[in-house]
Amino acid sequence: MSAVLQSLVNQPYKHGFVTEIESDIAPKGLNEDIIRLISAKKNEPEWLLAFRLKAYQKWLTMTAPKWQNVHFPQIDFQDISYYSAPKPKTKLASMDEVDPELLRTFEKLGVPMHERAALAGVAVDVIFDSVSVATTYKQKLAEVGIIFCSISEAVHNHPELVQQYLGTVVPVGDNYFAALNSAVFTDGSFCFIPKGVKCPMDLSTYFRINTEGSGQFERTLIIAEEGASVSYLEGCTAPRFDTNQLHAAVVELVALDNADIKYSTVQNWYAGDEKGVGGIFNFVTKRGLAKGVNSRISWTQVETGSAITWKYPSCILRGDNSVGEFYSVAVTNNYQQADTGTKMIHLGKNTRSTIVSKGISAGHSNSSYRGLVRVAPTAENARNYSQCDSMLIGDQCGAHTFPYIQVQNSSATVEHEASTSKIGEDQLFYFSQRGIDAEEAVSMIINGFCKDVFQQLPMEFAVEATKLLSFKLEGSVG
Amino acid sequence: MIKKDSSNILTIQDLHASINGTEILKGIDFTVRSGEIHAIMGLNGSGKSTLAKVLAGHSAYEVTQGSVLFDDIDLLALPPEERARAGLFLAFQYPIEIPGVANTQFLRLAYNTVQTRRGKEELDPLEFDDFVREKMKMLDMKPDFLDRSVNEGFSGGEKKRNEVLQMALLEPKLSILDETDSGLDIDALKIVAQGVNQIANQNNAMIVVTHYQRLLDYIVPDYVHVMQSGRIVMTGGKELALELETHGYDWISANKQSLAGVSA
Repeated sequence: MSAVLQSLVNQPYKHGFVTEIESDIAPKGLNEDIIRLISAKKNEPEWLLAFRLKAYQKWLTMTAPKWQNVHFPQIDFQDISYYSAPKPKTKLASMDEVDPELLRTFEKLGVPMHERAALAGVAVDVIFDSVSVATTYKQKLAEVGIIFCSISEAVHNHPELVQQYLGTVVPVGDNYFAALNSAVFTDGSFCFIPKGVKCPMDLSTYFRINTEGSGQFERTLIIAEEGASVSYLEGCTAPRFDTNQLHAAVVELVALDNADIKYSTVQNWYAGDEKGVGGIFNFVTKRGLAKGVNSRISWTQVETGSAITWKYPSCILRGDNSVGEFYSVAVTNNYQQADTGTKMIHLGKNTRSTIVSKGISAGHSNSSYRGLVRVAPTAENARNYSQCDSMLIGDQCGAHTFPYIQVQNSSATVEHEASTSKIGEDQLFYFSQRGIDAEEAVSMIINGFCKDVFQQLPMEFAVEATKLLSFKLEGSVG
Repeated sequence: MIKKDSSNILTIQDLHASINGTEILKGIDFTVRSGEIHAIMGLNGSGKSTLAKVLAGHSAYEVTQGSVLFDDIDLLALPPEERARAGLFLAFQYPIEIPGVANTQFLRLAYNTVQTRRGKEELDPLEFDDFVREKMKMLDMKPDFLDRSVNEGFSGGEKKRNEVLQMALLEPKLSILDETDSGLDIDALKIVAQGVNQIANQNNAMIVVTHYQRLLDYIVPDYVHVMQSGRIVMTGGKELALELETHGYDWISANKQSLAGVSA
């Protein structure tokens, strides 16, 4: 191990995390008492408990959605523990203690050493299980008035902001999983960019699930005031587990007049093994409200992990001239199933949206694009362009496209293009006849296929994503 | 050019190969020495293209019998990419399109992979750009070709030129041109043939698979082999191609016996 890493690993934890505390796991099951327990553990104000209880009551009246093109055993919500603080034992003392498989993954992905430590649970700047830790940038950001902290902290330090915006983009009863999240979320990120401020750096947070059997219910809220702009990066990785884990996050973005929010994700939750055992069930509600005039919400996602992905980062284009963007790469291999896409809801005049979706299926996996473009009667001159491309590797996988288009204003322009292609044996033979092996060939074809989306990612993320894709598809050909 | 003291590059003995259980090659024997150009002619279905693909290692074909030595190595034991790195090149009859992958990227990866195998330096993108542009001049290719996706939307002529360009870049020991003349007009044919002639030297060899004499006016073979039903039924010098042009392939069946003695 390098000296730098050695010192990094051995330095005392400097962000006030008390490692001596015993692990704190709520008993399995969901009821009002558990919700009160979570709220009490987190010392929350009364209004937030009320928010949770209202969500729980909604949730009780709802049923799990059945329209998605994925199949999985029924989830027993009473068999999940809804609150867990990290166990001291899971906080590793050195890289030597990290699961070799996980290290191999990092190696393949070329994750920088300090990040490997962080991701493996050795160091600083991560959301560790459900309790988040202060970020390193915090002070620097505070100088320009940006608030970037865990949502728990925000609840205590900036309650008026949280109360003003929480649940305004994704209401508590929005959908089954959003209601569940609203009732039991334990932590997540909060980000506030005040009027006129351009965030001087990309904000990033790494998430991970660590305690086996505990659900993870992240809650993220990002607000950009008038003329503000921010680029937020979310990266995910999870270690190997044999039992399925539920992940139901909610992300809300609010952009006021002339504000700009760019949200990028590389999702690499544990996808299950090559036989389809284990893996994360990922049911996520992400939505941005382009509230003000000329505001812009841009989602870029690279989805490679999870046994099941159910995720539709959406934009509500309320402000006139507002812009919504969705760039997505979804890769499925082995027995993974992904049903992902977006919703672009045009309400304001001259609103524009762009959808570029690239689905790649290998092994026995199934990948679906599901997208809604709605142009309301108020949305004069709304424009949408959608492009959905699928690529198949092998002949046991599936790709599906479900576009929904609802136009209620005759001045709208809506375009949809779709294509399906296949990496064929003859293509691979062509590469191999030029000395290029199958893995490299696939990597090259896939990266070409995903170029339009990767271009949207911040530089370091694009590099990571490129490697991740090759890694995920390793062994899927030849 | 035939030289007495040249070494064997390719030695094929009693090669049998089948696809989906149907035998296509039924015992091929021939030897290629350095500096030589061999033409293989024959009707559709005679097994010419199969021979090319089997030598390159296409997985659809199964070799059921026989041996192939490339220099001194057992060619059939190598996966296709290793054959390519060892210096065997196939110019495809139908070069495949690879959308989204820029030509320059593809060419550089292929070039560097082969260079690495030969213990030579890789070229970075800028160095490679200079290098490839020089080679492109030889084939009268436009610079914008580098930024386009591999073979995507290329005309027949452009695709074939791209094949010959790759051949020029990779400097193979043995090049197999599978009907490189098909789909080319006479001007393109001349350019392609010129390129091939510039690549040919005393240390490499070529196998030119073709239907027609036409290509052989520009790429002059040392030997002409005629295939029929998975076998080489006749071998001669370059004049054999002219005979075929005059008399047609039916003529072969009648004269097989009498001409068999010409074999190299």
